Amino acid sequence: MAQSPPLLELIAVAQRYSNRQRTFVAVENINFSLHEGEFVAILGPSGCGKSTLLRIVAGLQKPSEGRVLYRGHPLSGVNPYATIVFQTFALFPWFSVLENVALALKARGVPPTVRLARTMELLDRVGLDGFESAYPRELSGGMRQKVGFARAMALNPELLCLDEPFSALDVLSAETLRSELVELWTGGKIPTKAILLVTHHIEEAVFLADRIVVMDKGPGRIVADLSIPLSHPRVRHAPAFTALVDQVYSLLAGQTKAEPVELGSAPGEPGVTRGLPQVSIGHLTGLLEHLTRLSTPHADIYRLPEQLGVNSDAMLRLVEAAELLGFVTVQNGDVALTALGDTFAAAGILGRKGIFAVRICRLPLIRWLLTLLHASENHCLTWDVVHIALELEFPPGEAQHQLDTIVDWGRYAEVLAYDDSRALITLESEGLLHLPPAEKPS
Amino acid sequence: MRLGGGEWSLLLAIGGVLAAGARLAAEAPHTLTTPDLQLSLLALPGYTALSLGRMLAAYLLSLAFTLVYGYLAAYIPPARQILLPLLDVLQSVPILSFMPVVLLGLSALLPASLAAELAAIVLIFTSQVWNLTFAWYQSLTTIGQELREASTIFRFNRWLRLKWLELPSAAIPLIWNSMMSWAGGFFFLMAAERYSVGSRNFQLPGLGSFLQAAASAGDLPMLVVGIAALGLLVVVLDQLLWRPLLVWAERFKVEMVATAVPPTSWFYDWLQGSALWRRCGRWAGAGNERLDSWLGKYLAPLDPPDGAAPGCLPFLAGARVVIVALVAYGAFLAFQLLQAVTPEEWTAIGLALLATLLRVTAALGIALAWTIPVGVAIGTNPRLARWLQPVVQSLASLPATALFPALLLLFLGWPGGLNVAAVMLMLLGTQWYLLFNVIAGAAAIPQDLQQTAALLHLSRLARWRSLILPSLFPAIVTGSITASGGAWNASVVAEYTEFGGHHFAVLGIGATLAQATAAGNYALLLAATLALVATVVAINRLLWRRLYTLAAEKFRME
Repeated sequence: MAQSPPLLELIAVAQRYSNRQRTFVAVENINFSLHEGEFVAILGPSGCGKSTLLRIVAGLQKPSEGRVLYRGHPLSGVNPYATIVFQTFALFPWFSVLENVALALKARGVPPTVRLARTMELLDRVGLDGFESAYPRELSGGMRQKVGFARAMALNPELLCLDEPFSALDVLSAETLRSELVELWTGGKIPTKAILLVTHHIEEAVFLADRIVVMDKGPGRIVADLSIPLSHPRVRHAPAFTALVDQVYSLLAGQTKAEPVELGSAPGEPGVTRGLPQVSIGHLTGLLEHLTRLSTPHADIYRLPEQLGVNSDAMLRLVEAAELLGFVTVQNGDVALTALGDTFAAAGILGRKGIFAVRICRLPLIRWLLTLLHASENHCLTWDVVHIALELEFPPGEAQHQLDTIVDWGRYAEVLAYDDSRALITLESEGLLHLPPAEKPS
Repeated sequence: MRLGGGEWSLLLAIGGVLAAGARLAAEAPHTLTTPDLQLSLLALPGYTALSLGRMLAAYLLSLAFTLVYGYLAAYIPPARQILLPLLDVLQSVPILSFMPVVLLGLSALLPASLAAELAAIVLIFTSQVWNLTFAWYQSLTTIGQELREASTIFRFNRWLRLKWLELPSAAIPLIWNSMMSWAGGFFFLMAAERYSVGSRNFQLPGLGSFLQAAASAGDLPMLVVGIAALGLLVVVLDQLLWRPLLVWAERFKVEMVATAVPPTSWFYDWLQGSALWRRCGRWAGAGNERLDSWLGKYLAPLDPPDGAAPGCLPFLAGARVVIVALVAYGAFLAFQLLQAVTPEEWTAIGLALLATLLRVTAALGIALAWTIPVGVAIGTNPRLARWLQPVVQSLASLPATALFPALLLLFLGWPGGLNVAAVMLMLLGTQWYLLFNVIAGAAAIPQDLQQTAALLHLSRLARWRSLILPSLFPAIVTGSITASGGAWNASVVAEYTEFGGHHFAVLGIGATLAQATAAGNYALLLAATLALVATVVAINRLLWRRLYTLAAEKFRME
């Protein structure tokens, strides 16, 4: 790989956003290169900045720091050699399939006769001949994305950027489209020199890519760069394949650390405030119940998504939440129930609520809010006040998600109540019990 | 929520413009000679054509203004901070307050007939433009992130982005709002074509002035013929222009699902089948291709937005200084003029505002009382909707002002007849929008909720309280906002009128405005306008915007 100069090179790239009070780091210290002939997947949990990275590569966003080189030249403005296939297709609903593909050519000034011939050939290649005059709304998701691929390939781009292109499709369409992409790519039927895929789907990355760049969040950064030495077509149940999937899962799931490290610090205190993973209580209990039913004390995380019918991103969030609450431990890509997790899964509705309340009140973020509520008049605060306080810790969108999750968990545990019509968060008597004694004003 | 500093400075700016206009008006020639009107059948087609031309010119002006104004507001954040509140205030300035300023200001600069013509167009423009601009701005700001990125990555230039992305996204709201704008234009056509300011009278040959002349001459047959001509014009426009446009615009629906009942148009179907039309289409296609490639040579592909371009910052800073200076000068002029307003006049303005507020509330109350039950009946019953919807639509398209003289004939004999007629005119002008909103809201009540209500054996009262009214709340609020705005605007023509050679007026801010204009009392006109604008903006802020937020947050169906 090292012999040819890289097609694309990112050197010390960082992207920051700032609101009035604080600056947030979307991605930081990104060094990465892409060579001709490579199919690279950027893989990471949601919020790790992988889509930001793709937009920087395509020139839709200018990084706040660092350099982006394309064939050794610094990139300014939109990357003329790259196109994007979008997650939600981004087809123009008022244009037919034919027009949607042709407009990419027309915008570059390709004359009408050439345009038509080229468009028909592209539609033929992705298997859409016969649907030229259909409108996007008449097509299934899979066929819409085929139009997206045809449009992206219309200009013979050297670099094809795929922004989670299969995540809005149903399982079967996604599977078909992946195989077709592999066929086009390995068969040399497209003049594309390299493909950059952004995904949170671990098996998808292992199935498609030659190399996987693994990212993690808080702040978004590259944590590993793995090559996938498997030949195409790849078989999902082959031992070599599952071993790689397992390896990526263990990278992303991490290892359970000592409790103070896991929990992080409260807002306003020094150190990193640990955000809550966004999971619903129902899914969390579902996972724990599933683990109790397994015959072995440890479970391979990579097998769980298939067994439970959720995607890998959601599974990693569930495991993270269970780990944070002390219900499971994670080691080398395996998850094991703790005694507490076992008790929780075996308990009845009220028992579960009790255990859950005790556990979430150990989390610095929740404890911070309970203390805040206790100190305020009538033990209540408006949603907006808490939201503003959280925006000092988290980026704007994330603050919203965090508060949603806090309120959801808190309501389930009956430590706090929320009145939607008045947007008021109230401390419940159960929450009062769990307040740390040192902070209880007498 | 109070009026911000921005709004106050805007009020000052408007005061300044009006005051400057009044100063210009003082220099206007004293006699405006305008041709006499012939109250005859033979003259009517010509008059109709002239009015149509005026409406068209005003509409084209509105479209051009809309495209530029909305574009600036959507793409230049510092400009947006000025343009959006300005639009909010401008749309609550009563059209007739512009009248003396525009007419007399122009006639000081231009020959009288040309000035009168331009003034009429500008006035119709002010009744058409604001909702269009809002619709365009809103469409521009709600285009999906990925579609925008696609248009950047595929290297659209400014022209292609407008043609392929922005105009198509806005097509449906623009067409619906154009229909509303034309209705608004017809509503004020009479006021725009015949007017007196101080001692100066002017009238333009046209359908509006024909109707007014017939009314003031008490010529009932000609009045009826005029109304019929206006009705015919409205129906023809609907059948030959708006319906086909709506059918054509179906393709611009962004939702990825097909609609249940798409609109139909016989004229559109006929055009589709005609060979000549298809040939025109081919020529247009070829011309389009040539235009695209010609523009492509001069326009560079757009780069992604990169904050505010540094080049335009000094310009904006300069613009801000100029605006501040203008506002200050305008405020000075306005203040000078306002000193002539006596405390008694201010009290009278306050009382007039209160009277009009009562009338607007009454009109809105009556409109709500009948549109909610009728709208729910039509919206929840497809069979009823099939034959009632067209009836309602054609009733709604008749401009209420044309019917006003007939209303007057009916009510003048009654005690408080003019009051009743004024409320009726406000009602006629504004109830339809409410009705259409209620119908749409009722049609959108989910079937499963209706069935649940039936399964629970809810009584009629309980069903209205727990299902129908909460579901309709957003539609009612949206409809009421437009309806009350329209009612305030209509007060100017509803509270003061000339019929059969007599003037009729009731206590109200509209009458105050009209009388001040007729008397050439610019100080009073300015005071009344500012008071009206401040009231309407305050009501929007304190009442409607809160209800709207409530509707959007709590009563939304997902």
